[in-house]
Amino acid sequence: MSPMNWLAQVGAITATAIRTIPQRRGASLATIAGIAGVVAVLVAVLSIGEGFRKALTTAGSPQNALVLRSGSDSEMMSLMLGDSVEIVAQAPGVARGSIAKGEAPVPLSSAELFVVVDVPKRSTGTPANVPLRGVQPAAFAIRPELSITSGRTFEWGRNEILVGAGAMRQFRGLDVGSRLKWGQNEWTVVGTFSANGALWESEMWTDARVLQPAYRRGNSFQTVVARLESPEAFDRFKDALTRDPRLDVQVQRESEFFGNQGRTLHAIIRQLGFLLAVLMGIGAVFGALNTMYSAVAARTREVATLRALGFGPAAVVVSVMAESLMLAAAGGILGALGAWAFFDGYRTSTLNFDTFSQVTFSFDVTAALLIQGVVFAIVLGLAGGLFPAIRAARLPVTAALREA
Amino acid sequence: MRFWPLLWGNFKRHKARTIFTLLSIVVAFVLFAYLAAVKVAFSAGVDVAGADRLFTTHKTSIIQPLPASYKDEIARVPGVVAVTHATWFGGIYQNANKGFQGVFQGPVEPEAYLTMYPEFKVPEDQRRAWKDDREGVLVGITTAKRYGWKIGDRVPIQGTFWRKKDGSNLWEFNIRGIYTGGKGVDTTQFLFHYDYFDEARQIGQGIVGWYIVRIADPAKVAEVCKRIDAAFENSPAETKTVTEKALAQGFADQIGDVGAIIQWILAAVFFTLLLVTGNTIAQSVRERTSELAVLKTVGFSNARTLSLVLAESSLLALLGGGIGLTLGAMAIAGGDPTGGFLPIFYFPTRDIVTGVIVVVLLGIVSGILPALQAMRLRIVDALRRV
Repeated sequence: MSPMNWLAQVGAITATAIRTIPQRRGASLATIAGIAGVVAVLVAVLSIGEGFRKALTTAGSPQNALVLRSGSDSEMMSLMLGDSVEIVAQAPGVARGSIAKGEAPVPLSSAELFVVVDVPKRSTGTPANVPLRGVQPAAFAIRPELSITSGRTFEWGRNEILVGAGAMRQFRGLDVGSRLKWGQNEWTVVGTFSANGALWESEMWTDARVLQPAYRRGNSFQTVVARLESPEAFDRFKDALTRDPRLDVQVQRESEFFGNQGRTLHAIIRQLGFLLAVLMGIGAVFGALNTMYSAVAARTREVATLRALGFGPAAVVVSVMAESLMLAAAGGILGALGAWAFFDGYRTSTLNFDTFSQVTFSFDVTAALLIQGVVFAIVLGLAGGLFPAIRAARLPVTAALREA
Repeated sequence: MRFWPLLWGNFKRHKARTIFTLLSIVVAFVLFAYLAAVKVAFSAGVDVAGADRLFTTHKTSIIQPLPASYKDEIARVPGVVAVTHATWFGGIYQNANKGFQGVFQGPVEPEAYLTMYPEFKVPEDQRRAWKDDREGVLVGITTAKRYGWKIGDRVPIQGTFWRKKDGSNLWEFNIRGIYTGGKGVDTTQFLFHYDYFDEARQIGQGIVGWYIVRIADPAKVAEVCKRIDAAFENSPAETKTVTEKALAQGFADQIGDVGAIIQWILAAVFFTLLLVTGNTIAQSVRERTSELAVLKTVGFSNARTLSLVLAESSLLALLGGGIGLTLGAMAIAGGDPTGGFLPIFYFPTRDIVTGVIVVVLLGIVSGILPALQAMRLRIVDALRRV
């Protein structure tokens, strides 16, 4: 048989198969819906992980370096004393710049405090660990992605706070003008900021020097973040600090550090997603198999007639597989688009186990996830179509004609 | 079971279909079991929290420490029968990726802590050995199994925050006891002596993380909470006292709708699977309309036809559901899928019962429509269709 002829056979049978789908509407729709459901769920779950990771990975720049006490695995666990903060600021590779127009350039380094305070969630009214970051004047030059969206920035030396856009949306009582009482001190919200959806938007910022006495930290901080002259200056900076006998620190690129700060929750979501994909995938393959077996059964007479007319078994296999793939692909596309329509951009906040603080983020149905979803559907379709296709091809022509 | 051969014959006719239907029911109920366990895990044991236990934390945040001297003051509050404290440690065993951070590790008062948590079961000799060894550790069975620890092992833990007086962050402990617990008891904890810890640490002497308080009368919770907090009002470290249940609920709320969404999704998947399998069962009956007509021709009553079809669908559901729930329960008993981050992970009895009910319903509902159709069938019509 010439390849052209074979292709023509495949085309003819597949066309018949597809034309007869409406006769098997119920089962076909059930298959499409089943696969759409599986893909939608998978994409939705993974989009939680993607959005969460994005909030962390977009925080921090490779040109910034973060200095923590050695052995600390998060900011809250770190401790930097006042004199080591000064050593970091003077280290080689630290960029210099003016904090305000017309001022003399200074090293761009900010010693920071990172604590959490209980602020009620808007959705439930129950307290959540909202991060409060104390910064120094260079902090805004180090993170240029921050921009004030309402009100103004806090004044240095005053009990004023600037609230991230995410934190303001998710937690109660953080609107501009609100007053907050933590311990013996009262604070006023003076403005809000955005930061391209990065982690900072989950936080509240204030002057580290004001936070120190409020938290009885003396002259100690938790981390120092420094702007480097260039991303390449990192090794020079790191070597200088880790070799300095006066210091007991570890140095990481800010981007890498924050990218790692959500690994626990990200791992949980990935694992649950994987578990779901396997379980649901099995279910969906069974569903597709059932449908395709019924489809083959319903088409027994037709297939047998075609075989009697001289159509080859391979053409029959391909036609059954094509039908299964078409149903699966349709389901996959529907499911992926459904997940995108319903979940993309959904704003929420959750507890980041690694930092013991809230992270606000949006679900992110990325193009890669959409493609993964459709590919998964096609794999399900292949698995669901193979055995029924083989059965169809093996039907003994005479028996099949008689059966019908 | 006179008609067993008939049922069996029907199952055997489309072997592949029967097996696949059965397997998808199995998968659906494995998922159902997981859904129940995940729900418990994300609510961090709200259901198993002791009604007579309170938590007193710093008012601003649980990360702020409290003075150890509060213990005596809390003990004097009317309505309080016992009080002890715990402190967060956050060490790393071997390397950070092993998940030890998910485990509550902390310095406690050995005797008082075990009295506060009678659900932690420790053999008497191990209890004594732990108490007598200043560097001793009582560890939950889940954590002990995960790292292969045995009684007598010396384990090095790297402190992420707490250091010893000599500046080193290496803490070594001797495993002296392994505790177990029933359903819903956190068997991942790693507990050592507060006295030893307080003496050895570089900074922070005389502070603790939070207090755990037992009250005499659970009905007077609100009053006792208020009294405790009033005792420290306007002090440098004001407190906030809540029930254990409220604390657990608070953490569930902190995880927030991410937990809820995962649960909705699992539920949606479960119902989709039910729908699809139910439909398959129904379809397989519909295809046999003419046969049912034949049965009726040879004298089967309406009721008998109905029960025959129902028996078939119920048998499939019971078999698949039974296997699914059993497999699910076994997988859950094997521990949580994240390797330690969801310490409270079990299959609640209430949900097992619900699962069984759903199994029965699946059998009846998926069979009833086609069964009714079959029952109402007029023989002539059905036979003519062939």
